[in-house]
Amino acid sequence: MILTTSHPPIAEAAHDEELFLPTFATIKSIRQLTELEKVFTLELPNSAPLGHRPGQFVEVSILGVGEAPISISSSPSRSAKSFEFCARKVGDVTGALHKLQPGDRVGIRGPFGRGFPIEKFRGKDLLFAPGGLGLAPLRSLINQVLDERAMFGRVVILYGARTPDELLFKDELKRWGERKDVELLLTVDRGDESWTGNVGVITTLFRQISVYPRNTVAVTCGPPVMYRFVLMELFGKGISEGNIWLSLERRMKCGVGKCGHCQINNVYACQSGPVFSYKEIKGLEEAL
Amino acid sequence: MSLKILQKEKLTEFIEQLLPQYRIAGPIKDKGGYAFQEITDPAELELEYTTTILPPKKYLLPTREVLFEFDNSNGGVLQPPPQAKPTIIFGMHTCDLHAVQLLDQVFSAGHTDPNYLDRRKNTLIVSIECLSPCDENSFCKSMGTLSADEGYDLHLTDLGDAYAVDIGTEAGEALLKQVPTNEPTTETIQRLNAVLSEKWPRFPYRLNFDVSDLPSLLNLSMKSPLWNELGERCLACAACTNVCPTCFCFDVYDEIGLDLRHGQRLRTWDSCQLDEFATVAGGHNFRKSRALRQRHRFMRKGKYILEAHNYLGCVGCGRCARACLVDITPVGVFNELHRQLEVEGRL
Repeated sequence: MILTTSHPPIAEAAHDEELFLPTFATIKSIRQLTELEKVFTLELPNSAPLGHRPGQFVEVSILGVGEAPISISSSPSRSAKSFEFCARKVGDVTGALHKLQPGDRVGIRGPFGRGFPIEKFRGKDLLFAPGGLGLAPLRSLINQVLDERAMFGRVVILYGARTPDELLFKDELKRWGERKDVELLLTVDRGDESWTGNVGVITTLFRQISVYPRNTVAVTCGPPVMYRFVLMELFGKGISEGNIWLSLERRMKCGVGKCGHCQINNVYACQSGPVFSYKEIKGLEEAL
Repeated sequence: MSLKILQKEKLTEFIEQLLPQYRIAGPIKDKGGYAFQEITDPAELELEYTTTILPPKKYLLPTREVLFEFDNSNGGVLQPPPQAKPTIIFGMHTCDLHAVQLLDQVFSAGHTDPNYLDRRKNTLIVSIECLSPCDENSFCKSMGTLSADEGYDLHLTDLGDAYAVDIGTEAGEALLKQVPTNEPTTETIQRLNAVLSEKWPRFPYRLNFDVSDLPSLLNLSMKSPLWNELGERCLACAACTNVCPTCFCFDVYDEIGLDLRHGQRLRTWDSCQLDEFATVAGGHNFRKSRALRQRHRFMRKGKYILEAHNYLGCVGCGRCARACLVDITPVGVFNELHRQLEVEGRL
């Protein structure tokens, strides 16, 4: 039966004849970042642009193995002809991905989800706080911000990984660190003989920076256990709930708001997210 | 649209007319109960049935369906699945009809689902007015699904020796033209009125509050101790979601043949009650306990789906209550939450 609510029904869209049929992209190059992580550069047929926003994801499939949601790691401001994602070898699909070679093809559906509202970030100081593999989706946003550097205030990046070997995109970290208009602080949970930087979880980096809270937008992404600690640091700096943005991981099976796997209370992460402000999710018990 | 009278002895003729043109699914007797099955003989149809174990949803959202087929050896050429067969679901109860309206909304909202909509487009629904409750687990009256004024192509009401047939759509009208019918007389209209007014008191209200309060009741019950009690009892067998006419969550996975070349991508029913449903690749499970999963199920039924799609996710059919091995029932849960809030003075 119908009950009236204050929520409007989901808007009608065009009949999507090929909702579940992937398009096949060709792997142009593969870079091994760490023991478990590789970055794949892909090109769609006819070099068609993916047309994504930072923060969106694609469903990546290998026929016979399955499909998995993976966030897009490249910035739309870089190359329109190709896109990148970073996959950790952790399941069936990513395990099979890691065996592929340049020239092989993988199925792509998407991009799906709501990305970062980058227009709202313009003119603000940006504080990025990725942890571990959380740098993969944030890299897309960070590179777009750096490509439009003049439109933003300070850019502070606090990045933590478990060990020096597990830091992702080391070449890019080096370039960011050399820029005068980027403040990059790195940390690792456990150092090694070669590591001379900060040792400790990501929250230890927050003590080394100060921000002007009213003009700061914070963006964080990492393993679920990290969020509550990072959030406490951000609140401690006086950053408001609406200015804290997170990208949440869920197991989207369809990507289009039907299958139910990504549901966080009444919210489908694949439709309303995976990017949320803290203000949007703080009432959702299952969010973090 | 309009009303016709179909003599009962003409029903067999009607079905025989339709059988060569359509796959007809209807309630038949099966192992002491009833089940929706494809019929080949009008005599198999049992229109005076109580309830079926599985809802007729299976004809619109099959338990297992091929999304596409592939051949890995030639770069994965995809073959879309064959078109849906023209189908009539005959004898659907109105609770299930309300459920189909929700499914239609879910699969046509936002990104439209081509597979569901193709089957739906090729499906006609002949529903039937329930004149007495299926059993003590039915709570259709409380959920407002005791009757329906839309969603069907034809709707039958048993008048004794004839059916009053309400025509809901042009497709239904065309269907009914295949059998001789009569125009309703003043006498048959009076009989229809009498049948409908007599049925009403036969159905009990089983919720202790009005269903329009259900979403706010659930809103106040996020932290109820009842969820932990349910979690202690629940076996996480997923029987409740498997028999539900409104559950639509699914899994998507690949199967590959022994030649490691030919395979299929499949969609199958899935359940939020299963341990792995909300688990992500790294192993983190966002609804780790059975208590959280039971809460999620009831919140979906009475609140979340309503918020997303403007339809309640429960139609009061009682199938989950019948299927549950540990007696977790929606009536029991909703009334207990209501009682707890009353005791706490939070209503």
